[in-house]
Amino acid sequence: MCEGGINMITIVTKEQALEKIKNNMILMIGGFLAVGTPEILVDGLVAKGVHDLTVIANDTGFPDRGIGKLVVAKQLKKVIVSHIGTNPETGRQMNAHELAIELVPQGTLAERIRAGGSGLGGVLTPTGVGTVIEDGKQKVIVDGREFLLEKPLKADVALIKADIADKAGNLIYRRSSRNFNPIMAMAAEIVIVVADKIVEIGEIDPDQVMTPGIFIDMIIQG
Amino acid sequence: MDVKSIIAKRVALEFKDGDVINLGIGIPTLAADFIPPSVQVILQSENGFVGLMPLSGEIDPDTVNAGGKPVSIQPGGAVFDSAMSFAIIRGGHVAATVLGALEVDQEGNLANWMVPGKVVPGMGGAMDLVVGAKRVIVAMEHNAKGGAPKILKKCTLPLTAKNEVDLIVTNLCVFEMTQEGLMLIELAPEVTLEEVKAATEADYAVSETLKTMAL
Repeated sequence: MCEGGINMITIVTKEQALEKIKNNMILMIGGFLAVGTPEILVDGLVAKGVHDLTVIANDTGFPDRGIGKLVVAKQLKKVIVSHIGTNPETGRQMNAHELAIELVPQGTLAERIRAGGSGLGGVLTPTGVGTVIEDGKQKVIVDGREFLLEKPLKADVALIKADIADKAGNLIYRRSSRNFNPIMAMAAEIVIVVADKIVEIGEIDPDQVMTPGIFIDMIIQG
Repeated sequence: MDVKSIIAKRVALEFKDGDVINLGIGIPTLAADFIPPSVQVILQSENGFVGLMPLSGEIDPDTVNAGGKPVSIQPGGAVFDSAMSFAIIRGGHVAATVLGALEVDQEGNLANWMVPGKVVPGMGGAMDLVVGAKRVIVAMEHNAKGGAPKILKKCTLPLTAKNEVDLIVTNLCVFEMTQEGLMLIELAPEVTLEEVKAATEADYAVSETLKTMAL
């Protein structure tokens, strides 16, 4: 019996966490139009200057907020996102062939990430059938209806924003800043969380946990 | 009433008490202002909650709509992650989605996410919404700026989804998609059949019970 309780997750500085991120890595970054994006880690990546990153995220934020800052600093070689319309610099780099863009329907993006963290070989979705999204994809007919086989996504590192973390890594998110964070926390080798509040083990009731601490490697005070 | 209000007010008449509704950016969002007091709908925001309402009180930076604008969540609302949000959308738990269009055609095809070589904002949640919602309502001005028709025989732009549109509401009229094709079912006040014909490229039938919009 394990009476000693659950191991604590290391609380680290931003600099210690950023040491894990190297050129050419694949990152998942939480957030929806920068709400729920761990902004201090994005700023840290800009300052560090790592480059040729691939970023999987909902969108590319704004030129001065969220993931958009990494676009402006030309640190990305590819983005896999559902929307780039709020960041004109993303479109400019796409047209100039400086940045590769894979546009994925938002629900498909969520399910591909969920599949990546859940050990699934992909998901079958009706979204995109009859559009350019189906190009090059396997179609599967189930009970007479066409679906696209969409493959899982995984990352080297996930950057997550939470409202509260306990020292076992259990997370609570707040309002619409939850978005992609819980599924990304399941789909990367190393998971780094920025939490606005860090509390002792036991202060978050197990029933209230939104992301179990077993997925988390490092916590930073936001 | 201005053009956008005519469209939004007519769209709002489609909602039934208890419906879960997703409204796109622009004219669709305006429809929320015209929902009759006798009808209570639950607005879904695809970035992860139900119970969307206009901003009430102070701005909360963690509570925004799918356009990133500050909003509030009404008592009884619920927050979830993006996977559940789109399970709600694709799983048939949304009664209707209302969205704008660049083009829509007589086969119920919709194009609203990109203009090749010009504007490529991305589809966001639109492809999932159009495939998954029980009813797809297109709410838009009847013609493009400059007067070009937007209701076509066949869409020329990349599609958002194939054969999914159920209703088209414009400042001139309402079209319904039927088994036989596009059917003109209502005219806006003071709009004539000839005006609709001149402004529309698509082939359509005129309903035997053609009405005036009950604004």
